[in-house]
Amino acid sequence: MFSFELLINAIVIGILLGGFYAALSIGLSISFGLLDIVNIAHPAFIILGAFVCFIFNSHYGLDPILVGIIFSPVFFLLGLLIYRIYYERFEKTGAEALRGLAFFFGLMFIIEVILIMYFGVDYQMVQAGYIDYKAIFGVIDIPFRMFVPFVVAMIMTIGLQLFSSRTFFGRAMQAVAQDSIALRLMGIDPVKIKRIAFGISLATCSIAGALLVIVIPIEPSVGRLYIGQVFAIVVLGGLGSQSGTLIAAMLLGLVESLVTTFFGPSWSPAVAFGALILVLAFKPTGILGRVGDTRG
Amino acid sequence: MRNNRFYLAIGTLFVLSYLATAFVDNQYYFFAGFAILQLMVMALAWNILGGYAGYVNFGSAAFFGLGAYAAIVVLQLFDANLITQIVVGGCFSGLVGFGTGYLTLRLRGVYFAIATLALLIVSETLIVNWDYVGGAAGAYVLPKRNPSILGVLIVGKVGALFGNYKELLFFLMCTIALATVVICRFVENSKFGRGLAALRDNEEAAESMGVPTLKLKLIATSLSASIMGVTGGIFPYYMTFIDPISAFNLDISVNALAMPLIGGTASWLGPVLGALVLGTLQQVVTVTISSSVNLLVVGLFLVAFVIFAPGGFLGLINKYWKRGE
Repeated sequence: MFSFELLINAIVIGILLGGFYAALSIGLSISFGLLDIVNIAHPAFIILGAFVCFIFNSHYGLDPILVGIIFSPVFFLLGLLIYRIYYERFEKTGAEALRGLAFFFGLMFIIEVILIMYFGVDYQMVQAGYIDYKAIFGVIDIPFRMFVPFVVAMIMTIGLQLFSSRTFFGRAMQAVAQDSIALRLMGIDPVKIKRIAFGISLATCSIAGALLVIVIPIEPSVGRLYIGQVFAIVVLGGLGSQSGTLIAAMLLGLVESLVTTFFGPSWSPAVAFGALILVLAFKPTGILGRVGDTRG
Repeated sequence: MRNNRFYLAIGTLFVLSYLATAFVDNQYYFFAGFAILQLMVMALAWNILGGYAGYVNFGSAAFFGLGAYAAIVVLQLFDANLITQIVVGGCFSGLVGFGTGYLTLRLRGVYFAIATLALLIVSETLIVNWDYVGGAAGAYVLPKRNPSILGVLIVGKVGALFGNYKELLFFLMCTIALATVVICRFVENSKFGRGLAALRDNEEAAESMGVPTLKLKLIATSLSASIMGVTGGIFPYYMTFIDPISAFNLDISVNALAMPLIGGTASWLGPVLGALVLGTLQQVVTVTISSSVNLLVVGLFLVAFVIFAPGGFLGLINKYWKRGE
């Protein structure tokens, strides 16, 4: 069974998959990691983005990534709206732990069921010139339906990392995570920062959705499967660290690709969630974690 | 006084549920009634940890499904009877609940919530890959013919306690539901329940006052999980078929969480009201429109209630009464 060729290909696919996972989880590393908003509906918003791409691709033949970028401002505005409700109703009254979580869980179901009612439970896919293309280097196959999302994901992840470490707003975002009272003393409204940051986190869902629908065919409830991946990656990456998120995503992509290749695809869902349980049980601060952030 | 009246009501309902199986002919009522009671028990169990202690469990379906599959395993191994299956289902899920709690409850509440979701997917994957219990294809559960205990025929056409299995299962579910209500009410009024309330309101403060928070959380998690396991243990009989998709369905989790939040988490009456109102509504919607719309109804109700009526039905009722006075 074991062959070197298989191993090399599994590693290549694993790296490509890892980059794609980074795109799925980078938004959550902002909302959950930095802002402490447990947006369990994050994958559902990605699916929503994917279906937007599917509609414009199948009706007007537009490139899914282009549609994802065009719609990201819409998702940004949606994020502003959702954070407004979240802040007014849950964060202000200190009810985010129970009702806030339930709010996002409910949103997830609403998105899913509405998509099911419109599109049914059939798998949908998009058309683009590069999807069926494959580059071959010796024994290594690089399918472009993995490679193109990988490149876009890398640009997005590294761009966001530069944004949050180099710009004033990005640093303010980090500051909210560290000490929002100190930020208030500096004359900056942390709520406003959080609102915009949450908008950015949802804007990434639009692009991540475009990548998702290129990588695999989708149906409305596949989002459930990605909850494990994205939360495992964000926690493993050490909450809010963009470079940690990227490393964790790569690791998970590799492990999952190896498991799929050598043990069969029916085991792959357990990888992400199993990793998550192990991380939570033994190293909840993640690889590059903020120290002392496991309680309170 | 209040205690006596409560137990009198429970006893009356117990007798009524048996009489219903004897005098009601339309089998649909037992089928639908079982579904609503199942929602109610899951909601009550969720509320022990979620409502009283403030820890969100997204993995109710994991404990439910593991209970169901533990029941299948003892059926395959020993050809066990229904009661044994239910007990084993409860014990096994309780143990898993204890383990999950032990690993994650020392962290922030949100990690526990995410870990329970992870548990759901991991257990589903394990069962899918385990052929002994049917794997992804599922397993059939054929009810035994003419079962009897101590010479008394339990199910049979004539001279038995129940006319058919649906009636027996409905009666058992009623009994479980009533027992769960008694347990929840007891927890609320006990020292244990007050400890949970203290750690829900402020965990650090509770701990510094000498409340053994981790121990209380572990007991609550195990209790809640084992009640869910019991509900799961009886489920394969109700469906006569079980597969990983129906046993580990996230819909079970959302229902278990939505009913208490819609009804009100402060007392056992909340989940009961939530399950009765929404469960009935769901049955009506499933019959008249479709089963995917009934999830939409739950989702919309859940979001609307957490935003606009944080106290649920109970909160609304209290508010209305105060205004009336």
